[in-house]
Amino acid sequence: MSLNLHAVRAIYMFELHRTWRTLFQSIAAPVISTSLYFIVFGSAIGSQMTTIDGVSYGAFIIPGLTLLSILTESTSNGSFGIYLPRFTGTIYELLSAPVSVAEVLLGYVGAAATKSVILGSIILLTARLFVPYEIVHPVWAALFLVMIALTFSLFGFILGVWADGFEKLQIVPLLIITPLTFLGGTFYSIKMLPEFWQTVTLFNPIVYLVNGFRWAFYGKADVNAMVSFGMTALFMLACVAAITWIFKTGYRLRS
Amino acid sequence: MDSVISIKQLDKTYKSGHRALKSIDLDIKRGEIFALLGPNGAGKTTLIGVVCGLVKLTGGTVIADGHDITKDYRAARAKIGLVPQELATDMFETVWATVSFSRGLFGLAPNPAHIEKILKDLSLWDKKDNKIATLSGGMKRRVLIAKALSHEPKILFLDEPTAGVDVELRRDMWAMVGRLRDQGVTIILTTHYIEEAEEMADRIGVINKGEIILVEEKHALMKKLGQTRVTIGLKSKLDAPPDIPQKLDLSEDGETLTFTLTGEGDSEDAGVADVLKALMERKVDFKSVNTKRSSLEDIFVDLVEKKT
Repeated sequence: MSLNLHAVRAIYMFELHRTWRTLFQSIAAPVISTSLYFIVFGSAIGSQMTTIDGVSYGAFIIPGLTLLSILTESTSNGSFGIYLPRFTGTIYELLSAPVSVAEVLLGYVGAAATKSVILGSIILLTARLFVPYEIVHPVWAALFLVMIALTFSLFGFILGVWADGFEKLQIVPLLIITPLTFLGGTFYSIKMLPEFWQTVTLFNPIVYLVNGFRWAFYGKADVNAMVSFGMTALFMLACVAAITWIFKTGYRLRS
Repeated sequence: MDSVISIKQLDKTYKSGHRALKSIDLDIKRGEIFALLGPNGAGKTTLIGVVCGLVKLTGGTVIADGHDITKDYRAARAKIGLVPQELATDMFETVWATVSFSRGLFGLAPNPAHIEKILKDLSLWDKKDNKIATLSGGMKRRVLIAKALSHEPKILFLDEPTAGVDVELRRDMWAMVGRLRDQGVTIILTTHYIEEAEEMADRIGVINKGEIILVEEKHALMKKLGQTRVTIGLKSKLDAPPDIPQKLDLSEDGETLTFTLTGEGDSEDAGVADVLKALMERKVDFKSVNTKRSSLEDIFVDLVEKKT
């Protein structure tokens, strides 16, 4: 079975165009808010703090803060992309088109992940203005970035299929992803926590993402890099499995 | 018969337990205009939804242009265009972008010349760079049609195409349907407006409570079920209906005679003439003759009422 590449391209370009149209909301807003973190925690407070594992505090928080934006933006981009047509009713066209699940995902999730990777790159470049840092394993960093962007765009897509109102679309990034990222070692090393809370923290999936990404930057992390990578791959597979099931059963899309 | 769509034993039961389609058998001929009539909730939109891929069937098969819509959905759907009932459009995209998107989604390479032709045919060309949100309802409806035609479908579904549409657009739409038929496109439309079916359709199917209760050539249907009601105004009162072969009803005041002829065309005219001749022979003088042929609407109401 050949791939309907025209359809993938149509969806992908359509979605990227939507970002371009909402440039301020999609790119500028997260870049500005992340820059504020760098200014406050990196430059201002960071200069008063000791280094963590030999990394200055300002540099230490860069991977985690970048991920914070990647996770929330991937989730909301992925979810809006598919929720909007459901909301306006234009989903009829997607359902009546000769496209497979794989093509729909490539289009929507590919576009959402692309946006996130672009956004992440812009944030990392911006951070360089405030905090000097080097990336020790740039290829790994890129790999983590792309995988995490894809995983959370997929997760967002699932959310967009599941949600029955705009409220749910916003609750998940705000009330689940943001707290888990804050508590996932973005601003601190989990070694700083009491032993009990260190164990609890290991149940937070985002710990593995933040630490894997940070390892790629500085060659040091709280969690073994390969464990982080394995967990990241696992989340991605879980999302792929969930989405396959959703389309197989026609859940919420086809009646 | 060369069927472009062949529906066999089609069943749809929704999760709620509602059985929307009950063992539907229906064949649509290649190149015809088929009107599907039925009251609200009869199953028209569900039936279209199944063929187009919006609704999953629970039983039976549908073959569209030789392709099974479930097993070979890609080939089947590529042949079908759908104009939905609801005005569901992207709001912030331009007309050009949304119509081009549809073509790509259906697996065709960009073809600006084709999109240009469609937009011109639908009087949308000067609006091509407008955002859809700024268009009127009628214009949005045109955009939906343009989207459905962007991938050059062989089969076009129009679900209530003229609901809430002004006279001008309705005329344009009828003209467009005629042109498409000339190009060999098969058109299936659902409608509440019997007038529309009467005007455009080659064949008519009536669906009620999830069952196809009748499929017939339009003219045959009119002939078979159509009736002509004849009212004769008399110059002077009668006490009893005149004794002629045709049974006549006399009104209570004795001033009008009425009778009903079934069939269509010449036989009816002859029937009226025969009655008038017979009356004249019996020296019954009349001042007016009024004939009213039943419309598809009367037939339809009759049919649906009979079944319920």
